[in-house]
Amino acid sequence: MNPDFSLNCPLPVEGDLVRLAHGGGGRAMQGLLERTFFPAFGGPPPGLRHDASVLELGGARLAFTTDSYVVRPYFFPGGDIGSLAVHGTVNDLAMAGARPLYLSCGFILEEGLPLEDLRRIVASMAAAAAQAGVEVVTGDTKVVDRGKGDGIYLNTAGVGLVEPGIRWHPGRVQPGDAVLVSGDLGRHGMAIMACREGLEFETRLESDSAPLWGLVEALIRAGVEIRCLRDLTRGGLTSALVEIAEAAGVRITLEEGAIPVLEEVRGACELLGLDPMAVANEGRLVAFVAPGDATRALEIMLGDPLGQGAARIGQVQAGPAAGVAIRTRLGTLRPVDMLNGEQLPRIC
Amino acid sequence: MKYLDEYRDPEVARRYVEAIRRAVTRPWTLMEVCGGQTHAIVRHGLDRLLPQEVTLLHGPGCPVCVTPIGQIDQAVYLAGLPEVILCSFGDMLRVPGSGTDLLGARAAGGDVRVVYSPLDALTLARAHPERQVVFFAVGFETTAPANALAVALARRQGVKNFSLLVSHVLVPPALEALLSSPRNRVQGFLAAGHVCTIMGYREYQPLACRYRVPIVVTGFEPLDLLQGILMCLHQLEEGRFEVENQYSRSVSAAGNLQARELLEEIFEVVPRRWRGLGEIPGSGLGLRAGWRDFDARHRFGLVESVGEEPGECRAGEVLSGVLRPPDCPAFGTRCTPESPLGAPMVSGEGACAAYHRYRRLEEAT
Repeated sequence: MNPDFSLNCPLPVEGDLVRLAHGGGGRAMQGLLERTFFPAFGGPPPGLRHDASVLELGGARLAFTTDSYVVRPYFFPGGDIGSLAVHGTVNDLAMAGARPLYLSCGFILEEGLPLEDLRRIVASMAAAAAQAGVEVVTGDTKVVDRGKGDGIYLNTAGVGLVEPGIRWHPGRVQPGDAVLVSGDLGRHGMAIMACREGLEFETRLESDSAPLWGLVEALIRAGVEIRCLRDLTRGGLTSALVEIAEAAGVRITLEEGAIPVLEEVRGACELLGLDPMAVANEGRLVAFVAPGDATRALEIMLGDPLGQGAARIGQVQAGPAAGVAIRTRLGTLRPVDMLNGEQLPRIC
Repeated sequence: MKYLDEYRDPEVARRYVEAIRRAVTRPWTLMEVCGGQTHAIVRHGLDRLLPQEVTLLHGPGCPVCVTPIGQIDQAVYLAGLPEVILCSFGDMLRVPGSGTDLLGARAAGGDVRVVYSPLDALTLARAHPERQVVFFAVGFETTAPANALAVALARRQGVKNFSLLVSHVLVPPALEALLSSPRNRVQGFLAAGHVCTIMGYREYQPLACRYRVPIVVTGFEPLDLLQGILMCLHQLEEGRFEVENQYSRSVSAAGNLQARELLEEIFEVVPRRWRGLGEIPGSGLGLRAGWRDFDARHRFGLVESVGEEPGECRAGEVLSGVLRPPDCPAFGTRCTPESPLGAPMVSGEGACAAYHRYRRLEEAT
């Protein structure tokens, strides 16, 4: 365990009850990890924290990760909880540079869930697994009383084989590195939001949910010098960048005009008062690459079906204070901070 | 994006900034009234583009910030009743009351729901006739018509299980309170464009005249704000004190007559406590006697409590433009968005939140 924990954990998490913000991927969740989970289980130093853990086993390097899925509604434009549960977990493996191989799947079903819905979800999982090149090899099923679940919750865990020589983590990010995103931001979050009870608005937006290993593999095969990858889920680009900047002790400066956001997403965000940079995605990654490889990395992304709309959005600089800043279109500079919780809970 | 990008054009912004530089010959202190304007100014860094002679103070126009603690406590109390579904705009959920906030009430088992419109709350009431749906009606003149409409529709549709916890506030009495204070430093106002979209701007003319202060009705995009500042500075430099309308694409002198009639029918002007500022006469709206059935205070027999402000929060000074958020000793240390001492650190329109979100790094270095 990190010996520093005793220095910053005398205060309990604010309030004495779990709140939705604790699951939102922002500051409240970080606080929960640092004050409750890491002290109990031990946690890696910030520079090594990642979407998946890399374990050395008998000479092989395995990436291991798990994720639970509680998205509401469980069918949404562009996907469903089943495909999401495959994409989310294989993407966490891919971000560690691991070829995803095997998944487990736990089903928590609510009494009264239509079997037809379950069959559709399972078929969608199978199709997503086949597309991502993984096998679902073990699983578990539990049923809870009517009213005690929201139809269906899923948990998937995944293992993958880390490609030789790859050690990507936030601690490797250096001043000068280029920051790239693989496509436009915020589509998943806004697609879910558009079909939420009480928020319905008309849109053709579909979730960006997709498996990213193919894109990552293309970058590896081309020999691009990658420092760190992160897929953009809860908290969006903002949370990912702030976490990495703080872990690496660097300043990340973004160009507002370079950040790709669809007009439809921008419009909906303006209307609802949301920041597209903090809205969830499920098929987008941010890549930190060596400055000399930035142009090539961008070309590879743009040449891949999963990298359409990729863009170079900023650069890493040395301190003084670690964090993220954005240069606005008016030329002024302002910091970007992660939210406390999620702008809209239960998005994945 | 159409109707947005035009008002954020960097080249036009640069020309406005140059015009402002040319116009200014001595120091001036302006206040933007609305928290939405504050956030746009800080987010786009507009204050950084202005010459150093121009100081912008941030006004009290954040409805979440000025909702008194006693009314948050009433909302928390209602949320704890088993029959109640308490509906609110999202920003209100994290504003601390004297005990907990509405998120805390929800974590403790209360049925608290975020809605984007009071009409959504009315829909909920129709869908759950066995429950009592209460909408926490906060806001300035801007949000009041929709709340009035919800009540009118509820009566017309015979919805008996819907009520409002009304905490509406009015802008002109607050400006008057600021102007008549001996600590006032404000020499010109950017009035809130959306409030004036409803109310028009004739009621500001006596204020401009009596206190010899220019008032420019201003929008919310960077170019709106820069143009509003320029118009205000021209008046100050020329010694004029008039009400002018920068936001003419949305605001007319008389406002939205239909909305005003509805307000008049359903609400009456009442004295109102403002968080951090105290009671201001004639500065609130309450339901008229004929609409008492829809008043949650009446329906649930609530008593107005004053509520204890946390001692350390200096929201009143921030809301009246006397204290800059980063100059507060608790800013960013004992008071953060995760653990706020007062509402201006929570709300999407709060000045402290704006500085914490957009300025924290540089204020820290």
